[in-house]
Amino acid sequence: MSVALPLPRQPGASLWRRRRDALPGFGLALGITLTWLSLIVLVPLSALVLRPWELGVTGILQVLSDPRVLAALRLSFGSALLAALVNLPLGLLVAWVLVRLRFPGRRVLDAMVDLPFALPTAVAGLALTALFAPNGWLGAPLKAVGVQVAYTPLGVFVAMMFVGLPFTVRTVEPVLRDLGTEAEEAAATLGASRAQALLRVVLPALAPALLTGFGLAFARSVGEYGSVIFIAGNRPLVSEIAPLVIVQRLEGFDYAGAAVIGLAMLLLAFVVLFAVGLLQAWLRPERRA
Amino acid sequence: MISSPATRDRPLTRWTAVILAVLLLTVFLALPLAAVFTEALRRGWETALAAYADPDAQSAIMLTLLVAAIAVPVNTLGGIAAAWCVAKYEFPGKRLLVALIELPFSVSPVISGMVFVLVFGAQGWLGPWLQERGVQIIFALPGLVLATVFVTFPFVARTLIPLMQEQGRTEEEAAATLGASGWQSFRLVTLPNVKWALLTGVLLCNARAMGEFGAVSVVSGHIRGETNTMPLYIEILYNEYQFAAAFAVAALLALLALVTLFAKTLLERFSGRRREIA
Repeated sequence: MSVALPLPRQPGASLWRRRRDALPGFGLALGITLTWLSLIVLVPLSALVLRPWELGVTGILQVLSDPRVLAALRLSFGSALLAALVNLPLGLLVAWVLVRLRFPGRRVLDAMVDLPFALPTAVAGLALTALFAPNGWLGAPLKAVGVQVAYTPLGVFVAMMFVGLPFTVRTVEPVLRDLGTEAEEAAATLGASRAQALLRVVLPALAPALLTGFGLAFARSVGEYGSVIFIAGNRPLVSEIAPLVIVQRLEGFDYAGAAVIGLAMLLLAFVVLFAVGLLQAWLRPERRA
Repeated sequence: MISSPATRDRPLTRWTAVILAVLLLTVFLALPLAAVFTEALRRGWETALAAYADPDAQSAIMLTLLVAAIAVPVNTLGGIAAAWCVAKYEFPGKRLLVALIELPFSVSPVISGMVFVLVFGAQGWLGPWLQERGVQIIFALPGLVLATVFVTFPFVARTLIPLMQEQGRTEEEAAATLGASGWQSFRLVTLPNVKWALLTGVLLCNARAMGEFGAVSVVSGHIRGETNTMPLYIEILYNEYQFAAAFAVAALLALLALVTLFAKTLLERFSGRRREIA
């Protein structure tokens, strides 16, 4: 069987001329992909976008002004933002240690960072609860100094830190590795102190990655369910997260109400991520200058 | 990394950083893991083993394996197809397609489960129609599988896409010029080129499929011995104050996570590249 030599490929050429492509299988692969994507993701998600409107605008506002819903949204978004913020310096520290320093046990430490990614959320939730419960390994000493983590909003924050930390480490790490030390050396040669070099050369170069890490950690924590509900105590208005309110509404067959809260969560999260993106864009020209 | 004297921090600074990082990761990551195994064995091996012998535990383990056995191949096939289009061809809307494939990662697990309830649940779009025909999706195996497929959707595609994009299409084109059929070139050229990445993707997809909690919790209905996967069974045991049994089952899943991490590290060493898990 003879095969025609492939024509030079034109990027953006019409979809329908693909038949002449030397590589077969585009139609089949795209067909499988679109079917898979539509059935599993797009059609079900469209239900989330469409169902809230059954309630009408007044109904939607009524759901969103429920004090319990408001408190849950405030807790979920507040703790997720705070946890992602606290993870920035911690993640930077871990990334720095992994990239710049050589010490025994570094590989183990490196592998450990991924643990929250791999550990099922229910297991993480159970583990953190056991650890921070008033009689737990960390809970008992903390209780002695008057701090209770488990079954309080602080527990929600701790669980969110746990799930978010690897995101910050793993986004900063490759950038720090690629950055090398030349720029710092140049700064040092030009008379900058160590602190000046770090603050004015290294940190600006890492800022976009740090922001990405912040966004990823936030996005993951804000919707987190399994790791949080065990340690949270789930007291309405106090330590009840938004995903749990959704679950309760679904259990009461209030589908539209649940969809309203779910859609509100998605939209709010996109607003936060959009703001992070804007901040990144704003930081970038400064870095190139 | 070898650094010149200008960028080398004082030993005190360096060691403080290392100690702080080790302390942070130990307290935050290693201790919780240790707590799971300690609690599981607190009442001895017999209690832990008895927890696994319970018929409800056995059915939870079987259901978890079954759900993963359906969800992982579906997402592997879909992931390969998606990576093939995105990496080997140019077409309008490609960036949108990639963004949509990654979408499930930015959706709360509870919302991931809820969307299927909104479609197939008793008051869902298709609920009444399904009910008339006696088809049960929510609170049954199909719902669990759908929710699991949704949350593990991007894993295979996103591990394959960067690698296949890097490899380009010259080898496949050469194979085509030499007379290979599409299927032959896929099987003999493309697959061997991406085998380690594919394995990593499948591994991570499987770990998440077996460990998923939020999404399956919404669609499961928590029927004992019928629709409880292992993570859901853990929650039930815990709420019934059967702590030793809850932690024993949790320890099994923690072991799965450790094996996954270990295998991922090995695979990275084989293929010489790092991959993100999520």
